[in-house]
Amino acid sequence: MRASRDRAGTALSLGFVTTFLTVLVVLPIAALVWESTKAGSQGFWDAVSSPESVAALKLTIGTAVAVSLLNAVLGTITAWVLVRDEFRGKSLVNAIIDLPFALPTIVAGLTLLALYGPRSPIGVDVAFTRTAIVLAMMFVTLPFVVRTVQPVLQELDPEAEEAARSLGASGLTSFRRVIFPNIFPGVLSGMALALAKAIGEFGALVIITGNLPFKTEVSSVYIFGRIESGDTAAAASVAVVLLALSFVLLLSIGVIRHFATRHDRA
Amino acid sequence: MSRLGLRLLALAYLATILVAPLVIVFWRTFEDVGAAWDALSAPDTIHAFKLTLLITAIAVPVNTVFGIVCALAIVRRRFPGKGLLNAFIDLPLALSPVVVGLSLFLLYGREGWFGVWLGRHNIQFLFALPAMIVATIFVSLPFVAREVIPTLREVGDEQEQASRTLGAGGWQTFWRITLPSIRWAVIYGVILTTARSLGEYGAVAVVSGRIQGQTETATLRVEEQYEQFNLPGAYAISIVLALMAIVVLVAMTTIRPKETA
Amino acid sequence: MSIVVRSVSKRFGDFVAVDDVSLEVEGGSLTALLGPSGSGKSTLLRIIAGLEWPDSGEILLSERDATALAPQKRNVGFVFQHYAAFKHMTVRDNVAFGLKVRRRPKNEIRERVDELLNLVQLHGFGDRYPAQLSGGQRQRMSLARALAPEPQVLLLDEPFGALDARVRAELRDWLIRLHDVVHVTTVFVTHDQEEAMEVADQIAVLNHGRLEQVGPPRELYDEPASKFVMTFVGDANVIDGALVRPHDVELLTEPDEAAMEAMIVRVTILGRDAKVELHDDGGAEIVALLTRERFEELDLWRGQTVWVRPQRERVFTT
Repeated sequence: MRASRDRAGTALSLGFVTTFLTVLVVLPIAALVWESTKAGSQGFWDAVSSPESVAALKLTIGTAVAVSLLNAVLGTITAWVLVRDEFRGKSLVNAIIDLPFALPTIVAGLTLLALYGPRSPIGVDVAFTRTAIVLAMMFVTLPFVVRTVQPVLQELDPEAEEAARSLGASGLTSFRRVIFPNIFPGVLSGMALALAKAIGEFGALVIITGNLPFKTEVSSVYIFGRIESGDTAAAASVAVVLLALSFVLLLSIGVIRHFATRHDRA
Repeated sequence: MSRLGLRLLALAYLATILVAPLVIVFWRTFEDVGAAWDALSAPDTIHAFKLTLLITAIAVPVNTVFGIVCALAIVRRRFPGKGLLNAFIDLPLALSPVVVGLSLFLLYGREGWFGVWLGRHNIQFLFALPAMIVATIFVSLPFVAREVIPTLREVGDEQEQASRTLGAGGWQTFWRITLPSIRWAVIYGVILTTARSLGEYGAVAVVSGRIQGQTETATLRVEEQYEQFNLPGAYAISIVLALMAIVVLVAMTTIRPKETA
Repeated sequence: MSIVVRSVSKRFGDFVAVDDVSLEVEGGSLTALLGPSGSGKSTLLRIIAGLEWPDSGEILLSERDATALAPQKRNVGFVFQHYAAFKHMTVRDNVAFGLKVRRRPKNEIRERVDELLNLVQLHGFGDRYPAQLSGGQRQRMSLARALAPEPQVLLLDEPFGALDARVRAELRDWLIRLHDVVHVTTVFVTHDQEEAMEVADQIAVLNHGRLEQVGPPRELYDEPASKFVMTFVGDANVIDGALVRPHDVELLTEPDEAAMEAMIVRVTILGRDAKVELHDDGGAEIVALLTRERFEELDLWRGQTVWVRPQRERVFTT
């Protein structure tokens, strides 16, 4: 009786969660996949391999990979500075890191345009170029690596670093041998999150890139254009490619987490 | 590289990407306060902000309830397919908002699985408030669950067991013991959900139809003003949204230390 | 109020935690569940509380079947090893919890909480939070909390396990005195045989999920039912396949037919007693416990060869 009552509780909460997820997430995605296969596999392939779509995908993935690499380096440095360094206003700087989480992406795009656009007060105009895409992607992905590496660094005993230094290791060597192996899983999962965010980004890019096909048009903007012109089948096909990428990245984050915590599990 | 060098590099990075652009927007807005005020006091802008707040006011409680139930199921219950559920709730974090919007567009559109039924009953779902709410719920879905899950694990279930042996039933235990012990995680999750809901652009852009004064949210209004070459207007609305974001940021930083205490 | 455990079994996957255990606990008694870790003692206690349910068997509380009863309906008080303090509540609110969920009148709650805080010597700590208390204070708080709704039985799961030795001894004495005052049927789990012997009037020894023996401490020590009980409750030597208590090892300075030659390797004076450690021909270790008088009389020294004559040997087949 007890066991059955407990099972009823599990069934009730699970029923709610799965129904909610099914209606809200699973069914829409199923509809998307369905739409992309409407014209058969040939139709799907034609839509994905059209020159404009391929150009957009290449640009998106290439830039996103470059940005996540930049993010890994600069994010790790920033995390290190926030944990190990001491200076006035550090807590303010720490708070600002989360700004891209809080700021609407469209506002992010507009602010970047204000400084790096045609009316730039410092005379740097990169609007409607690929540099603008890099800037926008860097803005929206800034917190990821910092926030995955920071807690690991905080846990890490500074004495381990000092011990390495006292044993004669240079700053770089002690980083490579002592710090890096510990923060590596954090850097990787932060990069994967940043990559997923960068590949899917829309709001921050829509204003600043100018959406020039073959030049500055990323996949999400391309999909949006296809929807606007009523070609939902083509939009859905490219969207399925992005969906698959998201799944792969989520999966790899899961795998990274699994391996990162293997020492903690008995 | 010296410690000072690294510090300067990190600060320069943050300044170039984050701080300087935002400062410029504030500066540009206050260059022309009159235009900014005109844009903000326009009825369509006010409507857009009201709509954003309305959508947020619906999406946040829904996702809060979902997030807590979901976290409780994942941490406290045993069932097959838990790993799958755990992976699935993260999907909205990794998915492009445009893809989210398109998925809903296809499901609720004229020929969609739900759209046919809705059309037959003359219910305006797509290009109207319902679709915008659903899109916002989708993109801000995981935040509460993601914050609550680790806290629930850390708190453990001994306090809940103690409560049961002291005579409290399931609901009493939830309200008096479980919820108070995860409250900061819930609040933190709610803040993140709110920020995401207020700022959503891509998914809502696809499903709203962007009808001025009707289905235009504050973020859509920013883009519309920009398209109309009304830069001061776009900046002014952005400033208000940025101020909201800063409030969120302050809330986040004041709550985070309590979390770890 | 009595507790009856009837043929209870519980598995966790392949692991048999409790294996067909039957046990009766008399109303008003103070019983210890004693065993090494993994012996199933905590699981059995949690089954009595309703925090786990058995795969088979029955639990009777006051002669009524409670097997299917939810924990909140059993009216048991449970004290956890790590206190399970409600961290977001003051000491006073922690103690009042069981009364509040029963919707007792406010002034009644206030009086009862005051009374209990006095009983556990925490008056004046009512407005503190658990984080501001020491381990021993926290455990006393959770004891007061468990007693507040006037439970039929009080169950304690290694209640002193997380405390240091001095506080542990203090709380042990205090639990005995408390039981004399409150007189509620009490069952506590421990892996410390000394603690069980000192506190309980009945001990149930568990090993690998099975009940080895139940009885008063003295009976367990003097008439152990199995090899496990003999070695776990008190010390024992193995001499020629038989078990002998150290104080039943007689030492002779002259050869004897029934005695075995051995060499003294170490002598320790423990106040009134003297502990003599020996090695026999084969190098096996034997410990003998002598009174100081006997020790002085024999005039033993390290390196001396003596003869060992075991008294009251026991041979167990299992």
